[in-house]
Amino acid sequence: MIEVDVTRTLGSFVLKIAFSNDRGITALFGRSGSGKSQTISLIAGLTRPDAGKIVLDGKILVDVKSKIFLPPHRRRIGLVFQDSHLFPHLSVQQNLMFGRWFAPRGERSIAFESVIETLGIGHLLKRRPARLSGGERQRVAIGRALLACPKLLLFDEPFAALDLQRRLEILPLIERLRDEFQIPIVYVSHALEEVVRLAARVVVLEAGHVKAVGDPGEVFGPAAVQSAESRFDRSSMLTMLVGGEDASYGLTELVNPAGTIWLAGPAGEKGSKVRIMVRATDVTLSAARPQKLSVRSVLEGKVSEIDTEGPLAAVEIALNGGGRLFAMATRRAIDDLGLKSGDPVFALVKTVALDERTVGKL
Amino acid sequence: MTELSPEEWTAIWLSLRIAIVSTLASLPFGILAAYALARWHFPGKMIFNGFIHMPLVLPPVVTGFILLLLFGRRGTFGPFLADLGIVLSFRWTGAALACAVMGFPLMVRAMRLSFEAIDRRLEHAAGSLGAGPLATFALITFPLAFPGIVVGAILSFARALGEFGATITFVANIPGQTQTISAAIYTFTQVPDGDLGALRLTVVSIVIALSALILSELIQQRAEKRLAAFE
Repeated sequence: MIEVDVTRTLGSFVLKIAFSNDRGITALFGRSGSGKSQTISLIAGLTRPDAGKIVLDGKILVDVKSKIFLPPHRRRIGLVFQDSHLFPHLSVQQNLMFGRWFAPRGERSIAFESVIETLGIGHLLKRRPARLSGGERQRVAIGRALLACPKLLLFDEPFAALDLQRRLEILPLIERLRDEFQIPIVYVSHALEEVVRLAARVVVLEAGHVKAVGDPGEVFGPAAVQSAESRFDRSSMLTMLVGGEDASYGLTELVNPAGTIWLAGPAGEKGSKVRIMVRATDVTLSAARPQKLSVRSVLEGKVSEIDTEGPLAAVEIALNGGGRLFAMATRRAIDDLGLKSGDPVFALVKTVALDERTVGKL
Repeated sequence: MTELSPEEWTAIWLSLRIAIVSTLASLPFGILAAYALARWHFPGKMIFNGFIHMPLVLPPVVTGFILLLLFGRRGTFGPFLADLGIVLSFRWTGAALACAVMGFPLMVRAMRLSFEAIDRRLEHAAGSLGAGPLATFALITFPLAFPGIVVGAILSFARALGEFGATITFVANIPGQTQTISAAIYTFTQVPDGDLGALRLTVVSIVIALSALILSELIQQRAEKRLAAFE
């Protein structure tokens, strides 16, 4: 377990962070400039805090008061960056084995073969990093960090440089790593979908401070307080049940008292509970039950609040059977529909706006 | 008359010996100085940098004279070194010292650039994998800087072969002892009918210089092929 309680001032930016993690994946979530990467640097030992301490599994890594600062190479913390930073003069195999040399003999608990197999990089071992694709590089970088048998893994937006297809391929790998090797992971991301899918715990950062800590349901769910700066950049978290499947079209049905969402992709076993993230900008509103539309996912509810700013309106909908959904529209559209608080409304969710990343198993 | 005389052979071997010894002996110091300039922040860094580059801008004779003042028989460190059995003045070892000092700025410049070109984040990655500073240098920094280190060494070697002013001031021009190719050519030009001898040694100089350049190019190409990957 990592316990962080530090402050660091850099010019006019003050980072004041306190959180701890647990098993599984802890996500540091926030927009760029919120202090995520700085927090990672502090944990990894690339920078020093002005005050506070960081403790990993009971071992003090930094304690400003008692002048303790463990250098990065003695922290046993694996790092995976946005760019893989593989050593260009070494083969994939040598890259993978690099950290193993330095791990104490008794603590080389992670087997080479199982990492190679899980990440599917066996056929790349003889190659040089230059001859790998972006996705392959990231997989090798993850393997390299893992094989050093670290006590904690830090992922700093590891897939930000990959396209959506590669991300969809690599996310299940991260889930397998999490479950198979039992190394706690601190995962920095500003991709909400990834956070929802992977993390057991979310630490939301805003302007250098911790704004919320909890599981994704608490942090992004109905009860969550939406911050002012993200009022027009909202997402809603819905809890759904996996219903039927339309195998011929590759669709999965997710049901909820308010209606049905069709997901383009798998979501898990029938009957299992999932949470799904819906961006307010992907929701369309209709005052009447829609007909002859390409949108198949419809949720029913009542308007609970309309928040306007300039030409835009953020509509909060209380879904039938509980749950809250946000929709973005123009102010004129809302006026044309004559929507006001308490009116029944149909929310249309574009199926293609949702993908496997938006679904987290419960 | 294209045969080289025994005296000329002596001058050639002496030149090569001086150039090789001066390059190899200054290599560790050059790497350390280049790394320090590229990576460390310390007070007086500018002065240190200026000091290293001094031989590049001073007239070579001045450098030679300073060496004489410092390491000559009656110089500041001369007697002390003589007690240790190291005599530099009027010996080939002194010529090697003069060449090393003259080639040092060129060596350090090339190496410093190659250290600065290395992505620090590769070193951070090595650190996160448990490699301490020394292991990181040996396994990551040094191999990546290798092409630049070779260039630095070759430049220093070339400078040593061509060195004349500082060497002749510090250790004079004693055949068989301190007379290098350059000094021998100079001597030839000072005597009647010496042109042919000067020409022979000139050809030898060109051959050595070209071979060194081609060798360095080959080493660099091999190293670059291995690093072709610099992402």
